[in-house]
Amino acid sequence: MSNKLSAEKIRSNPKYAELVSKRSGFAWSLTGLVLAIYYGFILIIAFMPQFLATPLSAGSVTTIGLPIGVGVILSAIVLTGIYVYRANGEFDELTKDLIEGSK
Amino acid sequence: MKRFEAISVSVGAAALAFLPTIALAAGDLGQTQQQATNWHAIIMFILFVGLTLGITYWAAKHTRSASDFYAAGGGITGLQNGLAIAGDYMSAASFLGISALVYGSGFDGLIYSVGWLVGWPIILFLIAERLRNLGKYTFADVASYRLQQTPVRTFAATGSLVVVIFYLIGQMVGAGQLIKLLFGLDYLYAVIIVGVLMIVYVTFGGMKATTWVQIIKACLLLSGATFIALAVLYRFGFSFEALFAKAVEVHPKHMAIMSPGTLVSNPIEAISLAMALMFGTAGLPHILMRFFTVPDAKAARKSVFYATSLIGYFYILTFIIGFGAIVLVGGHPEYLDATGKALRGGNNMAAVHLAHAVGGDLFLGFISAVAFATILAVVSGLTLAGASAISHDLYANVFYRGRTNEQTEVLVSKVASIGLGIIAVILGIVFEKQNVAYMVGLAFAIAASTNFPVLVMSMFWGGLTTRGAVTGGFIGLAAAVILTVLGPTVWVDVFHYSTAIFPMKYPAIISMPLAFIATWFFSVIDHSPSAQREHDAFEAQLLRSETGLGAEGASAH
Repeated sequence: MSNKLSAEKIRSNPKYAELVSKRSGFAWSLTGLVLAIYYGFILIIAFMPQFLATPLSAGSVTTIGLPIGVGVILSAIVLTGIYVYRANGEFDELTKDLIEGSK
Repeated sequence: MKRFEAISVSVGAAALAFLPTIALAAGDLGQTQQQATNWHAIIMFILFVGLTLGITYWAAKHTRSASDFYAAGGGITGLQNGLAIAGDYMSAASFLGISALVYGSGFDGLIYSVGWLVGWPIILFLIAERLRNLGKYTFADVASYRLQQTPVRTFAATGSLVVVIFYLIGQMVGAGQLIKLLFGLDYLYAVIIVGVLMIVYVTFGGMKATTWVQIIKACLLLSGATFIALAVLYRFGFSFEALFAKAVEVHPKHMAIMSPGTLVSNPIEAISLAMALMFGTAGLPHILMRFFTVPDAKAARKSVFYATSLIGYFYILTFIIGFGAIVLVGGHPEYLDATGKALRGGNNMAAVHLAHAVGGDLFLGFISAVAFATILAVVSGLTLAGASAISHDLYANVFYRGRTNEQTEVLVSKVASIGLGIIAVILGIVFEKQNVAYMVGLAFAIAASTNFPVLVMSMFWGGLTTRGAVTGGFIGLAAAVILTVLGPTVWVDVFHYSTAIFPMKYPAIISMPLAFIATWFFSVIDHSPSAQREHDAFEAQLLRSETGLGAEGASAH
């Protein structure tokens, strides 16, 4: 198998370390961000629910809690979109370079 | 239970039976009253069944290899898989249950639906592409990649089957209750119809048929929900403020529906539930299996993005639908029961009555048929995941250590699907009168405390050993089950003891960290020669998981 040979080469290629550290760093940062947003939301609900009851503007029944709640949903969509954009672009390019360069 | 009691009391007695159920969501609707026979719904459901059986016939002709059967030959696109994941995940109870929760208490419904969504980004960032690069048909392929096949696959198959069985019971009982409400038919019919159809889809059509049933269901559910939401907004000139103002005016709780109520009164419980939902999603075998149906990691990532967008959009729709029901259904005598206070058929009927209010009898039939079809899509995915654990993990790799052929393995899988279908029907009948509200919650807690820790550690931590994975995983499984049984949902609600031994409804905050710590501990104290080989094999696994080199069915680089 030529795989065996290129595996050694890939591992010693500095681009491999770059790919692994860049992608893991990005993935774990986004994971941290999602956890912070979601658990932040739960903690606000638990400890300062009156904040979420603030009217959006004077005289309106819409509270600030609604855009925040919908915002948490949208943030999940946007963050997955950002990850896919960078992973399918930059990281896949890097992977391709790495494999080409290790042949 | 405390927080739900508070909601229930103010919503009315009819809601009492439903709210604990909604909490544990998917597929369980509590006890329901049989309604008048709904012919529109039955005819539309028959059309859906006809279409899906046609697809199953087509899929059966194109299902030859094991790869076709388990993974649709890896030929599903990112968008198709995203739709199928959404179809697999959006259950009847998340449609009826969350809109009922919004109808009953407004903002709290939004808090709840957020919890069901936030597991998806985690799956994308940490799991999806690595799973696709390392595995073939089941998540056990990944967990056992560099560990000993027999113990790890036995463990992973057990974890999968336990999750599948609890989830299936919730779905079967939910189907039975739903058919009484929506079609006006007997409970037993529903359980048998669901059992027979899921066996047919899975046995003949494998993953191809299951995928298309899920895609069609997702499209029907999303378009039906979109129509209701648009019809509601149309009546208020597309002004949310006008809709909310009217809802606040007519809802018995008035302004309280616009801010958090009693759903999150105990932060520790809320976080425990949040952990089960978030990490449990990433440990559900029928969800993980979907990532093997796409050709590569790129498509796996895209499918999570599409799925997250569709599911998030759907939850926003259910919120609008719940508010629409407050205004257009609540207080309208034609939708109320004899007492004139509660909804006919209970709060779970809020979305269904709203469908009638905005679209008449025909649309009511459509939504009822879609709600029931929804259960079929979910149980088919579950059955296929359970059957794969039996045939691919236990039969082919544990009992025969890989010395069997594809045809026999697929045959075993088909027999297992039939067996699981029959078991599901029997359990559906056995549990008819039981309170199964805890079942789906338990399935998520087990997935978060059993499959998820072992899967994540096998992908990210080179120090993991066979002994650590199996011991830690079984400890997580035992903790999730024992703490649920000793907790209020089973000890008090099912066994009728006066106080629970374990005070919390949701065990994940204890059982999940326990699984991680035990897995870590039993790995680091493992100094066996096999443990050393397993450490050494991590580099090669990491290379494949990061680059996709050598991945199953990967396109040539």
